[in-house]
Amino acid sequence: MTAPIVQYRDVCKSFGDVEVLKGINLDINPAEKVAVIGPSGSGKTTIIRLLMTLEEPTSGDIVVDGKNLWKMEKNGDMVRANENHLRNVRGDIGMVFQHFNLFPHMTILENCMTAPVHVKKENKDEVRKRAVEMLERVGLGDKIDNYPSQLSGGQKQRVAMARAVVMRPKIMLFDEVTSALDPELVGEVLEVIRDLAQHEDMAMVLVTHEMDFALDIADKVLFLDEGVIAEQGSAKEVIEHSQNERLQSFLSRFRS
Amino acid sequence: MTITILLAASLFAYIMAFVAGLSRLSRNIIIRKVGGFYVEVFRGTSLIVQLFWLYYAIPMLLNIQVASNWWIGVIAIGLNYGAYLSEVVRSSILSVDQGQTEAATALNMSSFQRMRFIIFPQAVRMMLPEFGNYTIQILKGTSLVSLIGLTDVLYYGDIIRSTNASITPIVYLVVLVFYFLLALPLIWLTRKGEEIAKKGAASQ
Amino acid sequence: MNSTYWSWERFLDALPFVLDGLWITIVLTISCFLFSLLFGFVWTFLKRIPIKSFNWIVTWVMEFIRSTPPLVQLFFIYYAWPVIPVVGVTLSPMTSAILGLGLHFSTYIAEIYRAGIESVEKGQWEAAKALNLSTMDKWRMIILPQAIPPTIPMLGNYFIIMFKEVPLASTISVAEILLRANTYGARNFAYLEPLTIVGIIFLVLSYPSAVLIRKLEVKMNTRFDKNAAAKSS
Repeated sequence: MTAPIVQYRDVCKSFGDVEVLKGINLDINPAEKVAVIGPSGSGKTTIIRLLMTLEEPTSGDIVVDGKNLWKMEKNGDMVRANENHLRNVRGDIGMVFQHFNLFPHMTILENCMTAPVHVKKENKDEVRKRAVEMLERVGLGDKIDNYPSQLSGGQKQRVAMARAVVMRPKIMLFDEVTSALDPELVGEVLEVIRDLAQHEDMAMVLVTHEMDFALDIADKVLFLDEGVIAEQGSAKEVIEHSQNERLQSFLSRFRS
Repeated sequence: MTITILLAASLFAYIMAFVAGLSRLSRNIIIRKVGGFYVEVFRGTSLIVQLFWLYYAIPMLLNIQVASNWWIGVIAIGLNYGAYLSEVVRSSILSVDQGQTEAATALNMSSFQRMRFIIFPQAVRMMLPEFGNYTIQILKGTSLVSLIGLTDVLYYGDIIRSTNASITPIVYLVVLVFYFLLALPLIWLTRKGEEIAKKGAASQ
Repeated sequence: MNSTYWSWERFLDALPFVLDGLWITIVLTISCFLFSLLFGFVWTFLKRIPIKSFNWIVTWVMEFIRSTPPLVQLFFIYYAWPVIPVVGVTLSPMTSAILGLGLHFSTYIAEIYRAGIESVEKGQWEAAKALNLSTMDKWRMIILPQAIPPTIPMLGNYFIIMFKEVPLASTISVAEILLRANTYGARNFAYLEPLTIVGIIFLVLSYPSAVLIRKLEVKMNTRFDKNAAAKSS
């Protein structure tokens, strides 16, 4: 049994008076593929945004690879993490967004190269080689000098995934990556995720509404409801054996 | 004279715009307030008033004879339009989509790197048209320096007019056309800037 | 007596003298504004005439007026206009200022009108057509009621801008506050205090108005967002 790469311990998050997460406890193992499902407003996205340091938890700890993400030691006390600490710990985490968030002023290739070159200080030629390979792998080898505005939504999202993978994260977060796409473009994006899930040994956390796909590739499924993890287990366990009524009614909406 | 003032005042205004615009986004409240004070004072009063004020006040208050009124013209125009442009700088930076910051964070950029590689290059693209527009305003503003005795194109127009009243219309028409010819490339650049701005930035 | 330093005595002495010009400044601002509102309509109308070459001419005339200094335009109207044969008339400084500044800013006002008209959705024009409204009714009942509200904060901004440009009229001897300050300065050889007073007057009047307009703008924007939200749902 390997040590989990990410641990949530009693993590709570409120926005103003609204309590979005009410005590999340969760272990994610290296290379594990986790799907997070649940009704909208259940806090799915917040879970991964806390891990990416886009939001700060109200209480509780998130531990990444043995290091506390949001707290650091200073003179024997645990204090709120500063930017340096956050950068140290989140270096192994990558994220793909619902709205792609490609950098519009850079070409596709530059989008994929900027961070490895300037953040990780890697050799430019080596990064270029890796970025081109990765873009070819997502089927965009002929577009590397195009700008994001020249691409379709599905192509943009494939670039966004290549951009994240080139950073070689140990943990990849997917935040409803197909929700903003036209239906006919969803398939090409899911294919890339499937490819990554099968051939990369990074942990993946997918927040998604693509139920069948999630259940198909996930090692572990979390059902999030009203800020708590209401159910978790393998896809089979969660779907076939769960007694949770809300989960059953949620799932029934995706079955016809 | 008009052209040198235009160039120097524009440059000075651009510098002030970035200094003041960025300081108004600073985390330090004192820097923010100082920037805000500068902007409100210079936007709240007229260029012509500022020009006269500096023209009379600088020698009096500081008890120095300023080497040349050229400098006073440049400083007044630069400070005035710098204040207006700082609002352009500030709002452009703020209008870069939040998702850009998040994506940069997800790529583990530091706040400096986010600004340098992601936010700033996009904000600058958005600023271009307004910088073009304000440079035309600066050009128009340079006409005021004749009022503090600088020998710009309008000043020569006045001289000719006072010697021969019947050609006054032609003189001023020539002056107007002169300004328009200077403005033409700026108008063209502003339109180019609009095209660039449309393409290269994710704005909210 | 020509002290190089600040004197409160002189400040208080100059204050009523300068303030005497304030109402001229205000009257001039309002007149210029009204004139430019009116003339802005003329430009907007001229630009909508669908003759290509005519449109081109109007566009460039506007561009010319907009991108040349209002100061020179004032001088042209005040000094040059009377000398022109046949059409030349001598105008009072006040009238020249209203014409000159009003004309200059009317080109900006016209842009605001245009933006207002363009902000009316295409569907509204089509709906007006579908209802078989006459041109007059289309504008009166459909387009203008929607086009005008969003322009109000922008027009307010231009009112403040014009207020700050009015001191240009001092150069053609309109006795507004800047000219009064300069007169006081020339008489007593003390410019600093009267000019400071002018600066303060502008600041005191324009800053609160600007804040007010910003608030109005935010209010309008939220109203429009609501409309947009209603549209999309």
